[in-house]
Amino acid sequence: MAIELKMPALSPTMEEGTLARWLKNEGDAIRSGDIIAEIETDKATMEFEAVDEGTLGKIMVPAGTAGVKVGSVIAVLQGDGEAAAPTPAQTPAAAPAPAAPAATGSVAPAAAPVAAKDPEIPVGTNMKSVTVREALRDAMAEEMRRDSRVFVMGEEVAQYQGAYKVTQGLLDEFGPKRVIDTPITEYGFAGIGTGAAMGGLRPIVEFMTFNFAMQAIDHIINSAAKTNYMSGGQMRCPIVFRGPNGAAARVGAQHSQNYGPWYASVPGLVVIAPYDSSDAKGLLKAAIRSEDPVVFLENELVYGRSFELPELDDHVLPIGKARVMREGRDVTIVSYSIGVGFALEAAEQLAAEGIEAEVLDLRTLRPLDKQAVLDSLAKTNRVVVAEEGFPVCSIASEIIAICMEEGFDHLDAPVLRVCNEDVPLPYAANLERAALINAEGIVKAVKQVCYR
Amino acid sequence: MAKPASKNSPAAKAVAGAEGDEVPALRALQQAFDANKKYAASDAELLTFYEQMLLIRRFEERAGQLYGLGLIGGFCHLYIGQEAVAVGLQSALKEGHDSVITGYRDHGHMLAYGIDPKVIMAELTGREAGISRGKGGSMHMFSTEHKFYGGHGIVGAQVPLGAGLAFAHKYREDGGVCMAYFGDGAANQGQVYETFNMAALWQLPIVFVVENNGYAMGTAVQRGSAETHFYRRGTAFRIPGLDVNGMDVLEVRAAAEVALDYVRNGNGPVLMELHTYRYRGHSMSDPAKYRTREEVQEMRDKHDPIEAAKAELIARGTSEDKLKEIDKRIRQQVAEAADFAENSPEPDLSELHTDVLVERY
Repeated sequence: MAIELKMPALSPTMEEGTLARWLKNEGDAIRSGDIIAEIETDKATMEFEAVDEGTLGKIMVPAGTAGVKVGSVIAVLQGDGEAAAPTPAQTPAAAPAPAAPAATGSVAPAAAPVAAKDPEIPVGTNMKSVTVREALRDAMAEEMRRDSRVFVMGEEVAQYQGAYKVTQGLLDEFGPKRVIDTPITEYGFAGIGTGAAMGGLRPIVEFMTFNFAMQAIDHIINSAAKTNYMSGGQMRCPIVFRGPNGAAARVGAQHSQNYGPWYASVPGLVVIAPYDSSDAKGLLKAAIRSEDPVVFLENELVYGRSFELPELDDHVLPIGKARVMREGRDVTIVSYSIGVGFALEAAEQLAAEGIEAEVLDLRTLRPLDKQAVLDSLAKTNRVVVAEEGFPVCSIASEIIAICMEEGFDHLDAPVLRVCNEDVPLPYAANLERAALINAEGIVKAVKQVCYR
Repeated sequence: MAKPASKNSPAAKAVAGAEGDEVPALRALQQAFDANKKYAASDAELLTFYEQMLLIRRFEERAGQLYGLGLIGGFCHLYIGQEAVAVGLQSALKEGHDSVITGYRDHGHMLAYGIDPKVIMAELTGREAGISRGKGGSMHMFSTEHKFYGGHGIVGAQVPLGAGLAFAHKYREDGGVCMAYFGDGAANQGQVYETFNMAALWQLPIVFVVENNGYAMGTAVQRGSAETHFYRRGTAFRIPGLDVNGMDVLEVRAAAEVALDYVRNGNGPVLMELHTYRYRGHSMSDPAKYRTREEVQEMRDKHDPIEAAKAELIARGTSEDKLKEIDKRIRQQVAEAADFAENSPEPDLSELHTDVLVERY
């Protein structure tokens, strides 16, 4: 009985990987627990372990093949028939991890339409395609080279090279004094980082995800954000708290929340949530240099996407400035972080139907670039806010309030928000898909405000 | 009960790890302290301790009065009774080099670090001239110049922050240490133990100081703590402890010497427990139903740190006149601070929106 060995999913968000090498040859006897192959993703290299026993038959995907889709057949295992010792685990198609369903519909395709140029980047700058993950790493590395006070601490940031590989290579370059693995103790190390900033250093505290920063939120808010004010401007706290934020894929309610609105409600914090590689790098460098405490919200689903990054020696972008990602005259879609991808995708679809949407990426959630929102509103007279997060008391709520308080005369329609459903994020693929924001929802809302 | 495994058994080795289970320093510091409990202060040093403790006492009495007059608002936690702790410990630090951090009962620690009583009192009254320009209040005062880092209102938060300050000393290799104070109540916060773990793991130069005044607000230690010997609570992290009478400034100073010697030599943290007592309530609005008047009176009469220092000074030949003169001078200093605090203007309304962020974006 032949068993198909399928490309395993090694993480919740993995869609494809590289078959780095085969450790067994065709014809080799395979026992349960044998390492058959090594699989590489942009995050990690993992061993592919046999569950079933038999003889390795045909290898369908040769070593070194990149872009192998999760769930595709990579080899065939020939059963040993009656001669083999009875193994209870002989079920067909039992890959180590269940083959990820093709339905990872929550993952937006990297929409890359003709983007508006960032006015901050000099005309004629050479551009290079870089993943957000690399852009973030390079931002930290450059700032660590520039300022010996900068160090990074967090869970698995050093030897493991980062739970999401964002700190890859930093330990090798900067050593264990400046790239520090912490125990799993968010409250404690957030406090230690904050104290180190008060003591004159420039810490970058990585949270494996911002869900875990809930354990540490007291130090982010009560210790880091308020001290400058409480001390009458005497005691600064130049620290960056960073890590992935928002929903990943199929990780359930406790690992899937956007904390942007939480932090953005607190005076004393700077809150940044970039979308593409250029903003990730330019704004993280600015955050590290800032004298203020910064919450820097990344997104796991965007880490692996590639975007154009200007090749500049020192690419630093201004905090507190939104960016027009796509120009349009009919309606404004305000968004940030992963929502920008959906907004751009929606704008493409709308363009095909004759609606020219302007996409505004807030980039910084606090201080919020109100003027950019109002300027775009004055131009298009219609606004939809797209936010991957809960709808209640959201950034969307805030944008709507701003439009009403300060842009009322320019409004030709009520401002609508397109957010996740107001429920804890469910696990089941179909429910999760139904709960999360998508381009279709944005398209629908835009048509509504355009009365189309 | 299971028979304890023999020391050489595989189980014992597994528990102890490769380096064995003996950590002599866990007890060695206490032994060193027990061998010589009284710091041999010179007459001049003793006089300084006395003056500093008296300044704290008079300052706090005055603050209590100003609170009663409505000049100080909100929460105000007085340090009366605990003076020997801050004075004895901080006299062993290098002011402006070593860092100090504490909780909300912070007036005494500031005065013990030489910070001007005027700007402290003006902060209590919420005035522009206050050390936090009137924006912090009693619980939120800082002096980066003196390396006094607050003044923190969230119980226990100062412990990891203190470890961060210690981390910065170690990172910069400047030889400084951090002294982080917290109470017997804060000692039950989880983040304290997260910090113990990392401070010991990374050998941070920090002295953890539990000021055990017997009551976490209104909860007596034995009602809130399974292990009431706080100095033992570092043992699980291999942090040596010191059990110290916090009502005797010379004992406190002697223990500080032992602790700082250990920490400055790169051995990592020490946990000190200082047995002390606050004569006043937890804050100004404390009905004090949780203890008897007799208990408080007993401490005042028989264990007062200032009276003890005074007796020692007299025994060494200091004249009553000189002590009276000191008392008069300190009363005068505190009266001036109170006048200053009362007569300074409130912050300008334009200050409402300043200092939220350092930079403009």
